[in-house]
Amino acid sequence: MRHERGLDRNGRVSVSVTIDGKTLYLPAYATVAAALAVANGVLGTRTSVSGERRTALCGMGVCQECRVSIDGRMHVLACQTICRDGMTIETDTERAR
Amino acid sequence: MTMPHFDVVVIGAGPAGLAAARAAALSGARIALVDDNPRAGGQVWRQGPERDAAKPLHDALKELDTQADLTFFFSTRVIAAAPAKTLLLESSDHGGVYLSYGRLILCTGARERLLPCRGWTLPGVTGAGGLQALIKGGVPVSGQRIVIAGSGPLLIAALATARDAGARVLAVVEQAPRSAVARFGVSLAATPSKLWQAARLTRGFFGVPYWTDSVVREVSGNGRVEAVTIARGTREMTLACDRVALGYGLVPNLTLAQALGCAVGEGGIVVDDLQRTSVGDVLAAGECTGIGGAELATSEGAIAGYVASEESVPAPLVQERARWRRFAARVERGFALGEAARAWPAPDTLLCRCEDVPFGEVAAHDSWRDAKLHTRCGMGACQGRICGTAAQTLLGWDMATPRPPLAPTRIETLLAAGAHAQHLDCPL
Repeated sequence: MRHERGLDRNGRVSVSVTIDGKTLYLPAYATVAAALAVANGVLGTRTSVSGERRTALCGMGVCQECRVSIDGRMHVLACQTICRDGMTIETDTERAR
Repeated sequence: MTMPHFDVVVIGAGPAGLAAARAAALSGARIALVDDNPRAGGQVWRQGPERDAAKPLHDALKELDTQADLTFFFSTRVIAAAPAKTLLLESSDHGGVYLSYGRLILCTGARERLLPCRGWTLPGVTGAGGLQALIKGGVPVSGQRIVIAGSGPLLIAALATARDAGARVLAVVEQAPRSAVARFGVSLAATPSKLWQAARLTRGFFGVPYWTDSVVREVSGNGRVEAVTIARGTREMTLACDRVALGYGLVPNLTLAQALGCAVGEGGIVVDDLQRTSVGDVLAAGECTGIGGAELATSEGAIAGYVASEESVPAPLVQERARWRRFAARVERGFALGEAARAWPAPDTLLCRCEDVPFGEVAAHDSWRDAKLHTRCGMGACQGRICGTAAQTLLGWDMATPRPPLAPTRIETLLAAGAHAQHLDCPL
């Protein structure tokens, strides 16, 4: 079902972001961490220095495990960033390391 | 780089910081309120999608809205403290800015104590407060099987948030002994509002096992959490699950205070009865001065705000603070970490997640400094905030005084700051 741009199925304001090229709709004020979980489920969003898959741990901007690239800027913390309409998020493991 | 001046700068827009700003605003002071999150509320009043602001937050923001001279700096971190009461900040959207203060109030709050166990790096393992924060930000958990473990009343709060979001919480695993938790439960009678809060949080408790004297031994799975092994006394059991929310209490955020040279003690930043630190014109309030919950943070923040703006402190606030300090002491007694929680993980378990350093390699050294120099633990992105805290708990090591930059910073911020600093004659 396609969402009318700007409104979710309940008629509430939503935002559209892309994660690794895939478009998603999130409710207004959802974090990028939420968008990643909607897109990936409970799977890694970055790769550690020894090759382990990792994702958000502390949820509050301390652990730095939720780093992703947003609109071309690297090392942005997903848990402390609110989704903006049109935001481009990349979890490319080489660039988001 | 411009340098605005504020009469009072408050670092942290959680309960303490908001209370401080409200109190200081009454005198007409020019105030700046800085927070690294995109919205006010701190942890306990964290805002999110499809969720109304908690009433105290709503009231605080409404009142502050009517104050003419308040500037919010959201998504902004303090990078360095500079001479002559100046701070270098970096905003996610607007880059670097210096500001100067007449008085500084530190309300930097707390973070969770996250202790390593086999499998703790798997996607799906979060803190307990961490899970709560992620859910509040919109992470879906409906239908997911979750085990909540570690220690403290925060586990119950996380349980409530998870259940409200449709998760299937399989168990709450508390390391404290049953007798200590029971005694704490009885003591809630002294703080009726907390008793009421506990009743509200636990009304969905029925059916969810709450195991005391129990710890998580291991998390397992292929690329993500699939099961958790729990030690209950001498028994062990393994539960299939989707997430493990694991947090062993809270520790104060001291980085900025230490960089400023404030004296810190066992529990947090050392403050006097007027919430003043050991550094002139620097005050502190809330969890960063000692873990005690939102009510204590609010009363301490208000006191700091009055003092910073040179207004007299209302006596009822002082009494309120004393009451909540007694509550805080009871929490600490009830949930002190026992032997099982402090047990060393297997040596190949990672301690430093940023540089992937195993616990055994770190523990082979005598001090944090030696371990850091030889293994790189604590040198990664989190700068020891996760692994250093664990090393303090498991190995008893003191941490070093932090040096700037106090948070990951863009080079353009440092370059602009450097050029400006030549005018300030400050070493950055």
